[in-house]
This record gives sequence, C-alpha cells and structure tokens, in this order.
Amino acid sequence: MKPTVAEIWGWLDQVPDPEIPVISLVDLGIIRGVEWDGDIVEVAVTPTYSGCPATSIIALDIETALHDRGQPNVRIKTQIAPAWTTDWMSDKGRAKLAAYGIAPPSPAGGPEACPLCASANVEKISQFGSTPCKAHWRCKDCLEPFDYFKCI
Amino acid sequence: MAAKVTDPLFEFLLRMGDNTLVLGHGVSEWCGKAPVLEEDIALANTALDLIGQTQMWLGLAGEVEGKGRSADDLAMLRDVWDFRNLLLVEQPNGDFGQTMMRQFLFDAWHVEMLDALQSSSDARISGIAAKAFKEASYHVERTADTVIGLGDGTQVSHDRMQAALDLLWPYIGEMTKADAVDTAMAAQGIAPEPDALRAKVDARIRAVLSEATLTIPDSDFAHKGGKSGFQHSEHLGHILTQMQWLQRAYPGARW
Repeated sequence: MKPTVAEIWGWLDQVPDPEIPVISLVDLGIIRGVEWDGDIVEVAVTPTYSGCPATSIIALDIETALHDRGQPNVRIKTQIAPAWTTDWMSDKGRAKLAAYGIAPPSPAGGPEACPLCASANVEKISQFGSTPCKAHWRCKDCLEPFDYFKCI
Repeated sequence: MAAKVTDPLFEFLLRMGDNTLVLGHGVSEWCGKAPVLEEDIALANTALDLIGQTQMWLGLAGEVEGKGRSADDLAMLRDVWDFRNLLLVEQPNGDFGQTMMRQFLFDAWHVEMLDALQSSSDARISGIAAKAFKEASYHVERTADTVIGLGDGTQVSHDRMQAALDLLWPYIGEMTKADAVDTAMAAQGIAPEPDALRAKVDARIRAVLSEATLTIPDSDFAHKGGKSGFQHSEHLGHILTQMQWLQRAYPGARW
C-alpha cells in the first residue's frame, strides 16, 4: 500500500541536516514538495546556498531514508525558484538550533542573544562561518564565540 | 581567435557563468593562506557561492545551446578563446588588498546586474538571479566594508589599496560597456538596459571609494576583449592550466 504524502513528510522530518544534525531537512525548509507521480515519490528540494557542498549528500540522504521505508522509486527534483529563505525554517528547528548553541536567524540581521548565556551583548567577528549558512559572532558577557545562522 | 557570436543568449549565459567560475577559482586559491582565519573562511565561502552560481549559469547555457554539454563540460573542456569572462576577474590575486579590491569592483557590478536580472523576461534566468542576488548582496556588504576599512586605514593599507585601484581601474569599463550581445539581451527584456546599469554600478563604486579616501583615477580608458572572447589577458591561460589540469591529464576522468 502506498504511504500518504503526509507520512512521507513525517519520514523526511526525521532525516537530519548533514552539517547541522540537530535539525531535520524539513525544519530547514528545503523540502519544497512531496508528490506521487505514479509509483514514483517525487521530492522537490531547494538548495540553501548555490554552492553548498551538502546539497548532493542531502539528495542521497533523502533517497536512502525513503529506500529504508520500502520506497524504491524516488526522484529528487532540484527547485531553484523561489529562492530559499530562512523564513521557511520551522519554529521547532529554530528552538533546536538555539539549544544546540547556534543562534537562529533573525530579521534584525544579527543574533537576538548569545545562545549560551542569553546575553544580548554580542558582536560580529566575521560575516562568514564554518558553513555557507552561518556567520561567526561572540558574546561580550560570557566571552564565548558562537555560530549565527544567517538570515536570508 | 574568437568564435562567432551565434546565439546571444548562449553568449550571455557563458558570460555570467565564466565570470563566477574564473573569479571563484582565483578566490579559492586563498584557502589556507589568507592573512587571518576569518578572512580565509570568508574567501573560501565566497568562492563556494561563486562556483555554485557557475553551476546554475553554465548548466542553463548548456541547455540553451542544446548540444548536450553539461556545466562541467563547459567549465573543464573549453580553452581560453571560448571563455567569455570579464578581463577583471582573470587578473591575478596579488596581495590581499588587490584581491579585495577586485572582488569589490566585481561585486558592485554583479549585485546590480543580478538585481536587474530578477525581473528578466526569461523565468529560468530570473530564478537563478533571485538566488544569486542574495549571495552577491552579502558579498558586496563585506567587500565594501573591507575596501573602506583598508583604504581609510593605515598609511600602508591605504597605499596598497590605492595601488590596487590604479591597477584594476582600466578593467571596470568592460563590465558596463555594451556590445552586440548586451544590446540584444536588453532588447528582448532578458538583461537590463546597459546605460541604466552603468549609472547604478558607477554610483555604488564611487560612493565606496570616496568613503575609503581613495583617489579615483582620472581616466576612462577600458581594456576590452574578455567578455567577447576576442582577446583575454595572459593570465587566463595560466588559470586554466591549474583549473583544468585533471581533465587535461586524464581526459574524461570521472569520480
């Protein structure tokens, strides 16, 4: 029996992002659609950043997860437009990021607070960080550096 | 010898993709040896964005050409005379200041071009542009800040940025000087009107250079021949020998 689209979304919500494994691909907002095309599950995925090296691993992880659930026919469709935005990140994902020590994206252009001590007294160290989606910040109270998920 | 312009859309897409490819490759050479760790990471990430954009532009170029060439084929299996990048992006990295000045001058053009392309009459192009625009906006924010910081910094940093500007200035004209491809693209509503674009790019460049306390060279002489493929500088050949080394040594190698 064919699983429903909602069930498949549930499975995909258990596939971790390869670079930030505390959040799922669904939390990240890069799964843009799940559809049945005959016997084929078609998953539309949008890349976060154009050159993000995780993109091909993500496609592989989706295929593997669905194969493990008994779905041999999986098609990944890369969808560029509309361009990915951090607005698509789930609230659950934001909370998990903060708990993990990564300040979630904020429309103000910088982190609202240090994810470690919650102080708002923070400063930017570098516009870029350990992955294309993050910038490097520092807390001026607890003095710890931390990652900030860029808001785009 | 430049190949004849057959399809202006194909030429235009090669220009977009070759710019980001050649510049991305140059910037990536800083990986592991930039002056400070943060800048090293920033340069590597910038290069990554540019190479990612290359995949989209050259992917579409191959599709438009209709001869079955992939983005990889176009990047790795063409030689100098088939490249359509601006002369600016093939200029050497030089010191950190020169790399940042080159990046800023390119970003200033790139961000305005991509902004305009978001309303291209071709939906495939507007889709790529919308994505790349976000990245380019982030790039120009940093490079403008860095050019200002170093230009209006110490005597040494100021002098180096002035030297970089003097060296690269003759290469900015090619970015906005329209030729037959640009005019054809504008006429079809695919790319922006060259004059409107030039005004925006110039304003952006001049505002930052002036804040950086740098002296804008009093000349509008512009080298040309990059985007038309008519005459690249000697540097592009050297870049390609590095970038295409694997395919040249082991033709058709895959992994």
